[in-house]
Amino acid sequence: MELIGLANYAVFIAILIGIYALLSLGLNIQWGFTGLFNAGIAGFFAIGAYTSAILTSPHVAGRVGGFELPIVVGWAGAIAMAAAIAWPIGRICLRFRSDYLAIATIGVAEIFRLVIKSEDWLTGGSRGITGIPRPFGDFDYMASQLAYLALVVLAVVAVYLLVERQLRAPWGRMMRAIRDNEHAAAAMGKRVEARRLQAFIFGCALMGFAGALFVHFNRSITPEAIDPMIATFLIWIMLILGGSGNNRGAILGAVVIWLIWSISELLTDRLPTEVAIQAKYIRVFIIGLMLQLVLRFRPEGILPEERRKEAAQPRTATNA
Amino acid sequence: MAVLDFINFYLVPGLVLGSIYAIGAIGITMVFGILRFAHFAHGDLATMGAYLALAAVVLLGANPWIALPIAMAAAAALAIGIDRAFYEHLRERPRIVTVMASLGVALMLRSVVQVVWGVDPVTYQRGIVRPDEYFGILLRPRELYTLLSLIVIVVALSAFLKMSKWGKAMRAMSDNPDLALLSGVDNRRVTILTWAIVGALCAASGFMLGVNTELNSMMGWHLLLPMFAAAILGGVGRIEGAVLGGFIVGVVEELSVLVLPGHYKAAVAFAILLLILLVRPRGLLNGKVL
Repeated sequence: MELIGLANYAVFIAILIGIYALLSLGLNIQWGFTGLFNAGIAGFFAIGAYTSAILTSPHVAGRVGGFELPIVVGWAGAIAMAAAIAWPIGRICLRFRSDYLAIATIGVAEIFRLVIKSEDWLTGGSRGITGIPRPFGDFDYMASQLAYLALVVLAVVAVYLLVERQLRAPWGRMMRAIRDNEHAAAAMGKRVEARRLQAFIFGCALMGFAGALFVHFNRSITPEAIDPMIATFLIWIMLILGGSGNNRGAILGAVVIWLIWSISELLTDRLPTEVAIQAKYIRVFIIGLMLQLVLRFRPEGILPEERRKEAAQPRTATNA
Repeated sequence: MAVLDFINFYLVPGLVLGSIYAIGAIGITMVFGILRFAHFAHGDLATMGAYLALAAVVLLGANPWIALPIAMAAAAALAIGIDRAFYEHLRERPRIVTVMASLGVALMLRSVVQVVWGVDPVTYQRGIVRPDEYFGILLRPRELYTLLSLIVIVVALSAFLKMSKWGKAMRAMSDNPDLALLSGVDNRRVTILTWAIVGALCAASGFMLGVNTELNSMMGWHLLLPMFAAAILGGVGRIEGAVLGGFIVGVVEELSVLVLPGHYKAAVAFAILLLILLVRPRGLLNGKVL
């Protein structure tokens, strides 16, 4: 029995790692390749999660919804909603240095947290939304988990390949040029603001998609499901530790950090209750400290960004 | 009487809240102006300052207002230490990396507060204080002291920046760091001095919030958005701007309950922030844009 429990837990962890890998890839588009500081990742994740939940869940008295649309429509809705909220924010803030974007994204996450908590008619308030359908949900437990894992892995691989392809294309080269020297890129005729907006929206849409994948896995969502600061911060440390600017690094970071985070949770849960609560905050402290150590001693992460050939021969580089 | 009601129920609470925002926003605007990055640990440093004052109250049995200077000094030392440990080595890297480090520091400070003092709300003093009446205007002593503290802080800080050698050096570094360096300004010392002032101001703003409401581990984090809104609204780098911005954000937040449900107060600061970035990113008093 112990073995089956362990296998169940491993599959559960693997699914969450896949979802975090998507978030980390989304952040990599924003930070790793464009240099944009998104401090409201959990907000866009929650926007995606709630949008898909509302579109696909059955009717409950006193709450809007009961659309019971197909799950794929929920996903598309989640992506569209996250992008639609990212657009005006990016439009206003991307004219300035990324500090302003960081403040504004914190604002988005905070306000969406308020909306989730207080708008019962939309989000079910503190009761949240339940009865959210899951693809392959009618299989028996283990088969259903494995099928969902396959789905998540498929999503990660697909997103990874698409992003890699995009970044090897002239578009990716242009984005790195803007990140490394925006004035030079602007002088070459690149529309810096518009490109940054693209990257910001693209990243946020991916975060919304990750939220949708999470909500259909969990089958329910409440305001307590996501702690905005801790979730956002975990994704940041995943990307920085894994190697920002490197998609494989982003995925590796998600694996490493989520394993550390869940295993340390298993350990602290065994402590007596009085100590367990404090241990929870000490874990957060250690994650914060870890970021400082990585920034100081290995800022390029485990898998640094690959220096491509054209970077070594600037004179022969062609315009994108 | 309608005018007095307006003053007592909206304007006075708004100005008191605004003073708390202003004290924090002055610190934010100084880091933004002199060190040129958005300091996200500001709110949680304020939380830490508030709890340091609580520690002084509990340990010394002192009146909270006597604990305030102790907390300010401790927070100043803490801010210098944080700069030394976590920001200093990032100075040669793009500034946005320091912003990220400050977000990590925010999380660390908060978890220290949660481990040491727990997550349940506490207050400095128990009991209900009745407001005094001044020509029909109702003011509690703590509200009066909050407003007076802001005035003292602004006057002292302005005098320091305008008249003292180090104050001038700070303004020079804010205007043009390279030129300041060439003119013989010691950037490192100015940085340390800035952190000392900023840390003390953080503690003051956290303390004022604690005195007027209660202390909890998230108090500072919730100050962050209004403080940034106030600093940017007034104009980054401008002390008077931060005060003006703080008052506007505070009063508009209090007035917003007339049209919005009370729990959306936080959204007001966000709306002001986006609006000012949209129409006048330099702020009301012509500050810097990074």
